[in-house]
Amino acid sequence: MIYKHFIHLFITIVLGLALPAWASHEHGSEHDHHQPEEYDAVSTVMHHIADANEFHVWKGVHIPLPCFLYAPGHGWTILSSGKFKHGHQAVDRYVLNHGRVNRIRSEDFPMGEVHIDGIISKEVEVEKNGKKEKKEEYFALYQGKEYPLDKPSTLDGGILGGGITSFYDFSITKNVASIMLVALLLILVFTAVARGYKENDGKAPRGIQSLIEPIFMFIRDEVTRPMIGEKHYERFQPFIMTLFFFILFCNLLGLIPFFPGGANITGNLSVTLVLALMAFIVTNINGNKHYWQHIFWMPGIPAWVKVILTPVEILGVFIKPFSLMIRLFANITAGHIIILSLIGLIFLFGKNGTNVGGAALGAVIGGLFTAFMNLIELLVAFLQAFIFSILTASYIGAAVDEGHHHEHEEAH
Amino acid sequence: MGAIGAGIAALGAGIGVGLIGSRAMEAIARQPEAVGDIRNNMILTAALVEGAALFAIVVGLLSR
Repeated sequence: MIYKHFIHLFITIVLGLALPAWASHEHGSEHDHHQPEEYDAVSTVMHHIADANEFHVWKGVHIPLPCFLYAPGHGWTILSSGKFKHGHQAVDRYVLNHGRVNRIRSEDFPMGEVHIDGIISKEVEVEKNGKKEKKEEYFALYQGKEYPLDKPSTLDGGILGGGITSFYDFSITKNVASIMLVALLLILVFTAVARGYKENDGKAPRGIQSLIEPIFMFIRDEVTRPMIGEKHYERFQPFIMTLFFFILFCNLLGLIPFFPGGANITGNLSVTLVLALMAFIVTNINGNKHYWQHIFWMPGIPAWVKVILTPVEILGVFIKPFSLMIRLFANITAGHIIILSLIGLIFLFGKNGTNVGGAALGAVIGGLFTAFMNLIELLVAFLQAFIFSILTASYIGAAVDEGHHHEHEEAH
Repeated sequence: MGAIGAGIAALGAGIGVGLIGSRAMEAIARQPEAVGDIRNNMILTAALVEGAALFAIVVGLLSR
């Protein structure tokens, strides 16, 4: 009997976790709308882990999001992303390309709402440092002419296609909307927990309170108290808890393949940049005399070592938050890329819908591996939230610690 | 090139995490009462090693 239950559970898990297959399929076909020859695994994956200016729900169903766009020399353009009609209408030279707002570079293109015939991608040769390189560029078709598009505007320096371009995108994107959702969830959960403590004062915890209390105790006993020290830990408990639960909720929401989830929030460099910046500011504001002395003139070592050590320590102040930023971003993005690549096997083996047998084989292999990877990602979601908070706590601990030399060794 | 670099980085991180795991197991076998402390430190160190590998992966993405 137990064996039978196990089989049922296994099938449910496999089916449930293989759900991204459907989400991916729509995009696979949508993506190849303009170039029907082959399934392009890399750009499909990149499209899925990138941010978007509209929230994709189901085949053909998108939730438009507000766009706040600023271009130097033109000013603000504020509109709903539904106005772009999925790349068939340009507004003030802005178009929607694969869910992201791009801008038409050319001055000849008319302003206002203009119907365009579509967006195509072409490989063009670009001269770069004297070397000719092939690059994929997008063009808007309008009245038989091709107008080149500027890349979307992102803060991450263009790692996932973007960068600082001719305009600034302050829109409420998919990620921003998801962050708001996470904030709302956190407020709901934690006001309920706080109410629970008020009502059951002196009694055993009830409901959602019993779910959160062990995590709270875990953070206190395993993270903040040993890392920051008995004297100061209560001051930083709220900050570390906020970091932990925000990252955890973002990670878990990113693992849900359908509508309210699916945004790669903590896999966005701009988001992790802000989180790491907060850790950096809190650490250095609270740094005491001993902390700064250890950075600029480490006591108890020969003078010539100090000359070498001081630049290293100063660099370390910046490298610590930088590694926090990269670690979270890379872990979550790598997980999403692996899952999407495994789902992509279906379309790769199935030759994008023409070979049903290959697609079925891909579905079996990809589905099983996706189920497995999703379980690992569940672990990673908790682990990365834990790692981020424990490392932040250890940096803060080094900053507020009062002169125990042997303890400093650990924190570096 | 990026893929090769990421592969080499994964190799190094694999050796590193393997060493951490094996030493942690030895430590737990020697002192089973310290299992909690050892586990926490193991996860922390593994995350640091993995961070180095992920740096390489990001560089690999950049050089795509």
